[in-house]
Amino acid sequence: MYSKKVMQLFKNPKNVGEIKNADGYGKIRNPVCGDTTEVFIKVKDNKISGIKFKTLGCAAAISSASITTEMAKGRKLSDAEKLTKEKVVKQLGGLPENKIHCSVLAVDALKEAIKDYKKRCLKAK
Amino acid sequence: MPDSQGKRAFKGMRGVLKMIYLDNAATTKPDPKVIEAMLPYLKEKFGNASSAHRLGQEAKMALDDARKVIARSINAKDDEIVFTSGGTESNNLALKGVLFANKEKGNHIITTKIEHSCILNASKWLETKGYKVTYLNVDEEGFVNPADLEKAITKQTVLFSIIHGNNEIGTVQNLEELGKICKKHKVLFHTDACQSYTKVPIDVNRQHLDLVTLNAHKIHGPKGVGALYIRSGIKITPIAHGGGQEKYRRGGTENIPGIVGFAESVKIASSSNIRKMEKLRDILIDGILEIPGAKLNGPRDERLCNNINFSFAGVEGEAVGSYLDSSGICVSTGSACSSASLEPSHVLLAIGLKPEEAHGSLRFSISKYTTEEEIDRVLELLPKILQKLRKISPIEKLIRRL
Repeated sequence: MYSKKVMQLFKNPKNVGEIKNADGYGKIRNPVCGDTTEVFIKVKDNKISGIKFKTLGCAAAISSASITTEMAKGRKLSDAEKLTKEKVVKQLGGLPENKIHCSVLAVDALKEAIKDYKKRCLKAK
Repeated sequence: MPDSQGKRAFKGMRGVLKMIYLDNAATTKPDPKVIEAMLPYLKEKFGNASSAHRLGQEAKMALDDARKVIARSINAKDDEIVFTSGGTESNNLALKGVLFANKEKGNHIITTKIEHSCILNASKWLETKGYKVTYLNVDEEGFVNPADLEKAITKQTVLFSIIHGNNEIGTVQNLEELGKICKKHKVLFHTDACQSYTKVPIDVNRQHLDLVTLNAHKIHGPKGVGALYIRSGIKITPIAHGGGQEKYRRGGTENIPGIVGFAESVKIASSSNIRKMEKLRDILIDGILEIPGAKLNGPRDERLCNNINFSFAGVEGEAVGSYLDSSGICVSTGSACSSASLEPSHVLLAIGLKPEEAHGSLRFSISKYTTEEEIDRVLELLPKILQKLRKISPIEKLIRRL
């Protein structure tokens, strides 16, 4: 049912964990299926210098979070904001039709984390 | 290649992986004896049981013999057995057929919140056609309170339908007690016995049953064949009109190879296999109960001999299932993420589980082919998988407190 890439990342996900004193934090929960993803980012020179995630979800949600964090790492905030679930699904080598919604979680949580970072910057000013 | 133990060896990433099939509530491996019994009726004995010539009569004899086997297994008369294409058709025929034929009696049926989706969806459809349906609540172990049934009966009530052994949580209802109430109030009594057949005794007279759904592929028989017991004298309208087969109760040429295989699967069912499954079920339940954050769903006793259902805190059942699958272990989950609707299992919600507990559920269903070695393998792997997934989970801290 899942691609090799999905299973590989699901069993050995990258960037798992939390960042203490993160510069931005985002959490998204799918109200219907209950899946939850948290994203923590560190920002330096407008770039994502560090990123970690935690996910309660299925194999698709976990592998999507792993690849989303990989794709965002080292990127400019403005580039990271442009990440879409389509790009994530493509990188995963596809997802089953009924699992596409699981790939949104990490992308949305990343965007929330960036939003949170920007809010904090404004407050600091 | 399949072997007689019901296991299949295949090449995995790191050498040979042995498949462990623990999804027998979904379907079972056909017994080689069943296949052997069917083969002549797929090859040379291919006659139509309605034909008057010798080939047809040969098929007719096989059909009669099979009917006898099924009838005897539930203490019914031969002509009270109607062969169908399986559990779903039998359940649809029981509900719709009885309501359509008993319009003068009323337009109300009673069922429960933990039925198989074919009963629930047939009931919902009947509601759109003007019928009234009452869905009884169950307790935290999945049992219906007989007093609730009695309270729900009205003068309009035609039928009460309940699943005998629940397909998700294994709860086995006390049919005799419920049947007495139905009899007292002259309400027809139907049970869906797909999961319990040959595992829990069914006696249509002792349990006051008027209609019973049976099927073959859950008991090591072929797919696409089942039966509905209909007590003599009960009016029923067919949902498939045809050439008068099954005494005008179900049209269509009888699936002789399937029916022969069905009867064979009933003949070879044994009480020693039930005891074996109960023993393995208890080993698996006791073993999993030792894992922190594991909660048994369904009752400890009065449970199907092959059903084990747990919720694991902080993880999703789909993820645990995918992990087990990649290790060659086939199980099933009640988590929403694996269903088309994204809704968690209605059965788990009906016994009072929170949605997140339903998401974290896993069902292991064993068979006569399951071995202690296979159970040990699950008990060795499962804690490791849970630990790994919980490390990824955002509510890890919460679990650590367990």
